[in-house]
Amino acid sequence: MMNVLRDIGRGRGIGIGRNGREIGRGIARGIASCSSSSSSPSLLSSLSPSPPGPPPPINENENENQGGDVKSMNLFSAINQALHIALDSDPRAYVFGEDVSFGGVFRCTIGLTQRFGRNRVFNTPLCEQGIVGFGIGLAAMGNRAIAEIQFADYIYPAFDQIVNEAAKFRYRSGNQFNCGGLTIRAPYGAVGHGGHYHSQSPEAFFCHVPGIKVVVPRSPQQAKGLLLSSVRDPNPVVFFEPKSLYRVAVEKVPASDYMLPLSRAEVMREGSDITLVGWGAQLSVMEEACIEAEKDGISCELIDLRTLIPWDKDTVEASVRKTGRLLISHEAPVTGGFGAEIAASVVERCFLRLEAPIARICGFDTPFPLVFEPFYLPTKNKILDAIKSTVNY
Amino acid sequence: MALLHRVNRAKSLSSLLRPLTTAHNHLHRPFSTDSSKTLTIETSIPYKSHIIEPPSRSVETTPAELMDYFRTMALMRRMEIASDSLYKAKLIRGFCHLYDGQEAVAVGMEAAITKKDNIITAYRDHCIYLARGGSLVSAFAELMGRRDGCSKGKGGSMHFYKKDSGFFGGHGIVGAQVPLGVGLAFAQKYKKEDTVSFALYGDGAANQGQLFEALNMAALWDLPAILVCENNHYGMGTAEWRAAKSPAYYKRGDYVPGLKVDGMDVLAVKQACQFAKEYVLKNGPIILEMDTYRYHGHSMSDPGSTYRTRDEISGIRQERDPIERVRKLILAHDIAVEKDLKDIEKEVRKEVDEAIAKAKESPMPENSDLFTNIYVKGYGAESFGADRKVLRTALP
Ligand SMILES: Cc1ncc(C[n+]2csc(CCOP(=O)(O)OP(=O)(O)O)c2C)c(N)n1
Ligand SMILES: [Mg+2]
Repeated sequence: MMNVLRDIGRGRGIGIGRNGREIGRGIARGIASCSSSSSSPSLLSSLSPSPPGPPPPINENENENQGGDVKSMNLFSAINQALHIALDSDPRAYVFGEDVSFGGVFRCTIGLTQRFGRNRVFNTPLCEQGIVGFGIGLAAMGNRAIAEIQFADYIYPAFDQIVNEAAKFRYRSGNQFNCGGLTIRAPYGAVGHGGHYHSQSPEAFFCHVPGIKVVVPRSPQQAKGLLLSSVRDPNPVVFFEPKSLYRVAVEKVPASDYMLPLSRAEVMREGSDITLVGWGAQLSVMEEACIEAEKDGISCELIDLRTLIPWDKDTVEASVRKTGRLLISHEAPVTGGFGAEIAASVVERCFLRLEAPIARICGFDTPFPLVFEPFYLPTKNKILDAIKSTVNY
Repeated sequence: MALLHRVNRAKSLSSLLRPLTTAHNHLHRPFSTDSSKTLTIETSIPYKSHIIEPPSRSVETTPAELMDYFRTMALMRRMEIASDSLYKAKLIRGFCHLYDGQEAVAVGMEAAITKKDNIITAYRDHCIYLARGGSLVSAFAELMGRRDGCSKGKGGSMHFYKKDSGFFGGHGIVGAQVPLGVGLAFAQKYKKEDTVSFALYGDGAANQGQLFEALNMAALWDLPAILVCENNHYGMGTAEWRAAKSPAYYKRGDYVPGLKVDGMDVLAVKQACQFAKEYVLKNGPIILEMDTYRYHGHSMSDPGSTYRTRDEISGIRQERDPIERVRKLILAHDIAVEKDLKDIEKEVRKEVDEAIAKAKESPMPENSDLFTNIYVKGYGAESFGADRKVLRTALP
């Protein structure tokens, strides 16, 4: 279980000035300097009010480490490193949210205030709608606004700002304004006993909203590259972090500033009998099921979607054309989950190639429960059963 | 910090613990004989007020009432300490927020109202539930996710409810319960039963926009709503002054009157709540800011010692503890002797242990309960089949 808060307050003393006065001034200064700044990297220029420029450099050959430093680290450290780089490489980047200058409840923002100062990394009051709205304004002035919502369960008070303000700003102003510099980070998903309000996976709500991107990393190395891409993408991004993996998942992560492409799925495991599609923490459960299935002679192809909208239909389609079968798995309730969208698209594109009904192994159509969590979750065994019945259809 | 001022000021308060009226004495255990005589006791400090004349500092009480407060608060304190142990033993799972230190708010509020009045609060709800007449067994059963819990084991620590005594619970989203409380108050006004709703929220929650929306509606329609800000001075690890431009929460209603109350003084809380109830029935909403303190960390994963000093915590324990305050009053008025109070604490401890043992006997809910109470049975969707994946819309 996560040590929520264990390290909160570490930053006592660095604190923001009483009554937040300094913070106010700091922001004003930041905005003033950034709107007149010409030293910003080129990838920033795709944000209004500056004229559009070349797209950000993206590491196409992502699995190839270009010989730089590589270090084993867990997920929260990888996120922390990405945030360091984001702030370091761009003077117009800001990080804010509830208790972030103390490191945040999951330590993702630890050390940022010390390094970049309380004018760029600061605590907000407890007011999600305000946090996101503020971030939209900050981004509309040409800044990188990196907002943290403490738990994805608390993103709902900000839902209106995301859906009605952030997503449509560019469209309704005929491209005069946008908040492309906005990135909203939020930890999502089950953790063992988080209960109703510390466990939800709200990604599908946001996948119904043209104008924002939804990104979910599965591991430290992925998280760092995808977060940097999200921060630098010229569109607002909602970035859901699998909180159950913050401390657990350890992986070799390049120390360099690298980005992984958005809207590109990754085939994690090649196979020929069935395609499995998932994202975030669920992939490790699915991977275990693939390994088990292999013992029974079933060859599974596992795809990490990584970006949920706009999503990489081609990679999924190519895989289903090869295997003829599809299974999708997510923690969120099955009805109206993003798995439904994938299933519908695959049926449209590969109807004649499908050899079995598409399987969806997801959360039940219930609120996220407390005591029933083990029963509710789409476990390895549920997936394995579905793999077998799909293959033997 | 204002908090520490209070601690220092409290040092000069011991004289106030002396009776104002001295209609008492000689009896060493008048508790049984003269338990209903009226005592008048002055509140620890004066009320502060915003656009309203505050109530008197002289509070009427009785020996029986003081003994009752002592017992109830001791019981609450013990329950929370026991919950802490149960959590560490992994018998309580999920998020758990303890109330020790804040007992006087729950007890004083309850003393001023009836079960026809409503209370709605956030996740720090165990003791409000007890104050509303909830049983220890159903509280512990809920904490441990058992079927005999007050929410059938489906809520857990953050979601206690008791419908028959107007306890609307136990809400997880910070600030969300306050507009609900205003809706409750509208329904009460409509019924003309002269009852009121107390909507509790924290100092952190006070910064949520919903609070102001709720307040405006309540004022616009003169609703009998009492907004109670339980100011324990921290929202998680954030001290109030870091999050609020004006931490004078009783003044933040602008056009809505407010009182700042010593939330560690059960009699001050009672007087303020009585006053507020009368006021809102005639005039519409009021804000009560209860100056209080939580001894535990925010939740079980917060040691509670990184963002505040140990001296601050122990200073408040020594100078402002709500139970100790009542103990001193009882002794000063010769209502009982030290040993009687120690005995009560022993009894309470036993009561808690027995309740835990009983709660442990309660079974876990059936897995099938995962699917109940989502819609009204027969009026929503039903899932069935071996894997519960078949979903059928149920029409009446
Ligand atoms: C909308 C929302 N945002 C964040 C949280 C996480 N959270 C739970 S309690 C809390 C602090 C609340 O502090 P306060 O209102 O002072 O109440 P206290 O815990 O002190 O009783 C936070 C940030 C939440 N539950 N809901
Ligand atoms: Mg508080």
